[in-house]
Amino acid sequence: MEPFVRIKGVAAPLPIDNVDTDAIIPSRETQSVARTGYGEKLFANWRYAPGTRDRNADFVLNQAPFDSACILVAARNFGCGSSREAAVWALSQFGIRCVIAESFGTIFRNNCVRNGLLPIIMPLATVELLLDQLQDQAQDPIISVDLDAQTIHGPDGAEYPFQIGALEREMLLNGADEIDLTLQKRHLIEAFRQQDRARRPWVYQDMPELARTMEKVR
Amino acid sequence: MQSGPISLVEKLWNAHKVADLGDDTALLHIDRLFLHERSGGRMLQGVASSGRPVYDPSMVIGTVDHIIDTDPGRTDRTKFPGGPEFIKQFRDGAAAAGVGVFDIDHPYQGIVHVIAPELGIAQPGMTLVCGDSHTCTMGGIGALAWGIGITQGEHVLSTQCLAVKKPRLMRVAFEGTLLPGVTAKDMILYLISQYGARGGEGAAIEFCGSAIRDLSCEARMTLCNMAVEFGAWTGVVAPDEKTIAFMRDRPFSPQQDYNQAAEAWWLTLHSDEGAVFDHDIRIDASAIAPQVTWGTSSEQSMGIGGTIPDPGGIIDPVAKASAEKALRYTGVVPGEPIAGLPIEAAFIGSCTNSRIEDLRAAAGILRGRHIAKGVKAICVPGSTPVKRQAEAEGLDRIFVESGFEWREAGCSLCFYAGGDSFGDARRVISSTNRNFENRQGVGVRSHLASPLTVAASAIAGHIADPRDYPVQ
Ligand code: SF4
Repeated sequence: MEPFVRIKGVAAPLPIDNVDTDAIIPSRETQSVARTGYGEKLFANWRYAPGTRDRNADFVLNQAPFDSACILVAARNFGCGSSREAAVWALSQFGIRCVIAESFGTIFRNNCVRNGLLPIIMPLATVELLLDQLQDQAQDPIISVDLDAQTIHGPDGAEYPFQIGALEREMLLNGADEIDLTLQKRHLIEAFRQQDRARRPWVYQDMPELARTMEKVR
Repeated sequence: MQSGPISLVEKLWNAHKVADLGDDTALLHIDRLFLHERSGGRMLQGVASSGRPVYDPSMVIGTVDHIIDTDPGRTDRTKFPGGPEFIKQFRDGAAAAGVGVFDIDHPYQGIVHVIAPELGIAQPGMTLVCGDSHTCTMGGIGALAWGIGITQGEHVLSTQCLAVKKPRLMRVAFEGTLLPGVTAKDMILYLISQYGARGGEGAAIEFCGSAIRDLSCEARMTLCNMAVEFGAWTGVVAPDEKTIAFMRDRPFSPQQDYNQAAEAWWLTLHSDEGAVFDHDIRIDASAIAPQVTWGTSSEQSMGIGGTIPDPGGIIDPVAKASAEKALRYTGVVPGEPIAGLPIEAAFIGSCTNSRIEDLRAAAGILRGRHIAKGVKAICVPGSTPVKRQAEAEGLDRIFVESGFEWREAGCSLCFYAGGDSFGDARRVISSTNRNFENRQGVGVRSHLASPLTVAASAIAGHIADPRDYPVQ
C-alpha cells in the first residue's frame, strides 16, 4: 500500500449529504473481476450522460481545475451504503488520495485506510466553510493535508487540526500490510483458539464435514 | 477485566478478544466468514497470490446469490455481463482453498443473510463477517455480525481475525405494541426517518424493549438488516427463548453433544442491569404507521398517510440542496400525499424481506386479489429452502394467480448491475433496503416499504395503505 504522509493539490467540492457507494461506483460499472480500470468509472451516473461516456459539463469532476483533484470535500455520511471496495479503488484510481467530510459510512472508511486513502472527519461548520471557499472563484481551490502533523490548510491558508486513530495513522504513514502485523501475533491467536475451543466447542464444528454428512443424507 | 454491569455487545466483544492492540482497538476472533460470488472470488484470489494459506477453511463457507440469475431454468450464463467470470473465479478459488459453497443447484443456495441463520451457520454469540454491508442482519439472532471489504476479507481468510476499533454503544428501545399492519420494516424506517441516515454512526446498537421481544426472530433480522442504513456498524438483539427455539434442529446448529452448553451460554448474552450506553433512544412503537420512502435515502421516509415534505423550510444549505436533489430524482411534488402515487413495478425480495414470514404476510393480502393492470410485479424468495417451503404451503400459486412472477432465490433486482431489469418501469415499490439513485435500474425511482405495503400497492397500482386490504 502506498504510504500517505502529506499532499497538496486541487480539492473538489461535492456539497451533498449521503453520497452512497452506488453513486461513487455504480454496480453496472463493476463487471470485471479486475482491480484496475476504475478511475474512469468514478461517479459514472453523474459524470456521464446515461449509457454513454459523454461528459456531463455540470458535474464538478468534469470541470477544470477540479478534473485533476487529489482531494474531495463532501458533506455528511459520505460513502454510506454497500461494502464494495471498488468505491475506494475508483476514487484512488481517479487520483483522489484524501476525502474530507463531516462523517463517513463505516465500511467505506475502513476500506479507505486499507487502501492508502485518508478519510478526514471535520466539524460541519469547517466542512461548509471549505466547500464555500472551493466554490469561490477568487482563490485557488488548493488544500494541503499533513497526516504527520494532523493538520490541513484550507484555500485561504487557515490551519485546521484533525483527529485520527493512532493505529490507522501508523498504517497510512507506513503503508503497512495489516495481515503481516496480525500474523506476528499468531501465537496469541492460537492460544485464544485453544482456550475458546474448550469454552465453545460447537463453534469449532467442522462445517465442510457437516456438509458432507448432509450430502450423504440427501 | 471490566467490573460491574456490562452490555450485550461488550460481552460479545470480550468473548472474542484475542489481543488488545491499543488505541481502543482489539484483535477479534472471527467465528464465521461467509463468501459470495461477487467479492468472495477476489478475496480468495488475493490470498492465493499472497502465497499465504487460508488459516481455517472449516470456518469459511460460501453461496452464490448476487450475480446469478433468478429466472426459472437459470444456468451459469448470467444476464449480468461478466457474471460467468465472477462465478468461475469464486468456485475455483473456493475449491482450491477447501471452502464449501452452496452452488446454483444446491438445495441450500440463497441470499447469504437469509441462509446463514436459516441453516444455523450464524448462531447467537458468534462473530460473523461477510463482504456485504447487510451482514448485520444476523444481529437478529444475537450474533455480532458486520460487513467488510475485500482487503479485510483477505485478512480474515489469512488470520481468522480482524482488528476492530471499539464502537460507540447505543441502545434503541422500542416500547409498546405495534398497530396492525405495522412491521419490523416500518420500525426501522421510522427510526431512520427520525434520527437520520447517520443517526447510528459507527455504533453497535442493541435493539430492545417490549416491541422487540414481541417480534419473531425473522422480524428481528429485518430490523437489524437495516442497521447499516442507520449508519451503524451493526445492530443486535439479545437471544431469548424464541432465539433458542429458532436455532433448534437447523442443519449447522450445535450438534447433540454441545446443544445444552450452547443454549446455556446464549441465555447469558444480554445486557446486565445498569449497563452503560453512550447513547439511548426510546421509541413509542404504537406511534409508528406503515412507512414508505419518498427520496433517495432511507431517512427520507414517512407514514403512509403523510405528504411529501417541502425542502423550502430547511435552513442548512447542504441539507436543503440534498433534499432538492432527491426530489428531482424521484419526481415527487412537495405537499402531495405519498399514497396514491402511481407505480409501474413492485418487488418483494432481498435480504430485508424475503423470508417465509414475509412471503406469508404478502400472500395474505394477495390471496383472492389481482394486481393492477400494467404493473410488473416480481417475487424472489430469499433462499431455495424458503422457496420450497412457500411452494409446500401453496404460496407460489397465490403470487402467480395474483399476477406476480415467481422466481428462483437470489439478490435479483435488489440492485441493477447491467443485466436483469424492470423493463420500462420507472417507479417501483420495493421491499428492499436501498432507494439510492439508480440502485434498481438507471433512472428507476425506488420506494421502500414492507412486503404488506408492496403487495397492497401492487393491487392498487399506486402506493397504498396495507390496512385497506384486509386478508380475505
Ligand atoms: S439482497 Fe440486496 S442488499 Fe441483500 S445482500 Fe443481496 S444485493 Fe445486498
